[in-house]
Amino acid sequence: MNKLSLIGLLSIMIRRDLVLAMRRRADVVTTLIFFVIVVSLFPLGVGPEADMLRNMAPGVIWVAALLASMLSLGRLFSADHLDGTLEQMLLVPQSLSVLVLAKILAHWMVSGLPLVIMAPVLGLQFDMTAQSIGVLIIALLLGTPTLSMIGAVGAALTLGLRGGGALVSLLVLPLCIPVLIFGAGAVEAVISGTSVSSHLSLLGALLVMALAFTPWVTALALRISME
Amino acid sequence: MLEISNLACSRGDHLLFSGLNFSLSPGELLQVQGANGSGKTSLLRTLCGFIMPDTGEILWHGQNIRELGDQFYAEIIYLGHLNAIKDELNALENLRIGAGLAGCKMDDKQVIAALRRLGLRGRETLPVKVLSQGQRRRVALARLLLSNASLWILDEPLTALDVGAVELMQELISEHLVNNGMVIYTTHQPLEVVGVATRRLALT
Amino acid sequence: MVPWFACSAAIMFVAGLYISFFVAPTDVQQSEAYRIMFIHVPVSILSMFIYLVMAGYAALGLIFNTRLSSMMASALAPTGALLAFLSLWTGALWGKPMWGAWWVWDARLTSELILLFLYLGFIALHASIDDPRRADRASALLAILGSVNVPIIYFSVQWWNTLHQGASVKLTGTSMHVAMQQGMYTMMLAVWLYAITISLIRVRSIILERESKAQWVSELMEIKR
Repeated sequence: MNKLSLIGLLSIMIRRDLVLAMRRRADVVTTLIFFVIVVSLFPLGVGPEADMLRNMAPGVIWVAALLASMLSLGRLFSADHLDGTLEQMLLVPQSLSVLVLAKILAHWMVSGLPLVIMAPVLGLQFDMTAQSIGVLIIALLLGTPTLSMIGAVGAALTLGLRGGGALVSLLVLPLCIPVLIFGAGAVEAVISGTSVSSHLSLLGALLVMALAFTPWVTALALRISME
Repeated sequence: MLEISNLACSRGDHLLFSGLNFSLSPGELLQVQGANGSGKTSLLRTLCGFIMPDTGEILWHGQNIRELGDQFYAEIIYLGHLNAIKDELNALENLRIGAGLAGCKMDDKQVIAALRRLGLRGRETLPVKVLSQGQRRRVALARLLLSNASLWILDEPLTALDVGAVELMQELISEHLVNNGMVIYTTHQPLEVVGVATRRLALT
Repeated sequence: MVPWFACSAAIMFVAGLYISFFVAPTDVQQSEAYRIMFIHVPVSILSMFIYLVMAGYAALGLIFNTRLSSMMASALAPTGALLAFLSLWTGALWGKPMWGAWWVWDARLTSELILLFLYLGFIALHASIDDPRRADRASALLAILGSVNVPIIYFSVQWWNTLHQGASVKLTGTSMHVAMQQGMYTMMLAVWLYAITISLIRVRSIILERESKAQWVSELMEIKR
């Protein structure tokens, strides 16, 4: 039997998940709207002073992005679990980690990437400067995939459990703290005029580490959960 | 050649079966029998490697399936209670992706031929969610035609199928057995394959 | 073994509390309030150490499929969570007179809080899975992941903290009085013994619960009766 190359496998899986997401567009849009609403609520809560909002903006946008990505995690494996396709994925004669990685990437493209694209608009709402918006985008680009990957482990561990959504957040949020710190820190560094690159390179390091380990851990967690 | 020796399996605190021994050679058909809750599905899932047995081992051509891993997965096909097809995709896409992941390059003609054989002519490009339960089961069964796995593990393949489809299923199984395949299945409906003695394994 | 550990824990507690309240001299800078340190420091150190032990047991359970180590891991978790909570509580009580605030976003405080969250996550995951074997394995994976993450979290929090407020509030290196050291070590030992006792009791009930169908348990019940 001719074995597929890993790239081929990756692309089949990503394409499948993207097609599925496109045919269920409402879910994607819901996450995005959630993100926008959460960010927009903050000025209403703390008052409209431009200075304060400008200082708060990075933190607020990052926390909202974190919450939005938690919200969408439930969809990562549960649909496949319910209709049995996840079982079949476990039986694919290829590395499960690669399939998992593909699923995470596809998930990020439909849930993380829209947040990154939406962020500049929200940044304008908070009167951020062009330079800090630029850094915000780069930081989100580096950080949100890491959030998806850490979240995938949580989603795999809580597969099919009652109260899964809240449980995922409880498990995953503490682990996401470094991403939050460096992500928001990068933007704050621009505002306070200190070096941005150290934050960004730390974010990049986290991303590389997550990329190396989480698909494998998630695959292990899936096997445990399917038992 | 599949050999099972001294297999025991439990779910939670409940011991389902223990001391199970049997083997299956090419061209043989094995029906797993037992009342609801006797562990039929658990046995099949253990054979697929989803569940780690409490004791005992499962050998495929003399090697433990845990060590074989991908090599073993390349030679089996598992059809569970769930159809493992996506409602949002149509039958053609479902099968193409399934075969693609299993590592077979499929052109659409083969897939369409398989679907037609299962009586789904004209339904190939409809989203699966508009199909009936029986038709969905047929889509799932079409995967058997598209794979070159030698061991079929079928959990209740006949649910929701009509009389014609059951006959077709018997035909498919006997073809597979003639080609030196092996089949393990569970069912509560009569399924007789002509010319082959069905071996039976009863779980209590 | 349990009564032995329990007794020595009790003795150590009494001795430790005696030293810390009556023997140890009053601190020059912090007056009497520093005495909470005798509980706070041992509890904090142990809450971190228990997490490592728990993750170690969990890893053993996951890799070698030994059930006892998984049970040990799940027995340690509530103790660890309790100690982490106590450490935060006493830290707050100590912080009020010293720093003038119940809570400071100090690096160590924040990491301890996150540690508590990690414990709670472990316990919650274990509790929400019905099948004991899946629960053991899933939460073991989480514990290992957490222990890999702990240093990263710690450093990032520390870094974040220095970024925000410059030098954080620290105990400036006052050399400790001998009696203070003694009190501290005794209390440390006491908390240690307490943790061992409680975990052994808990693991015993977990074993009895899990093996309730095995023969030796019913024999044990007969004897007890």
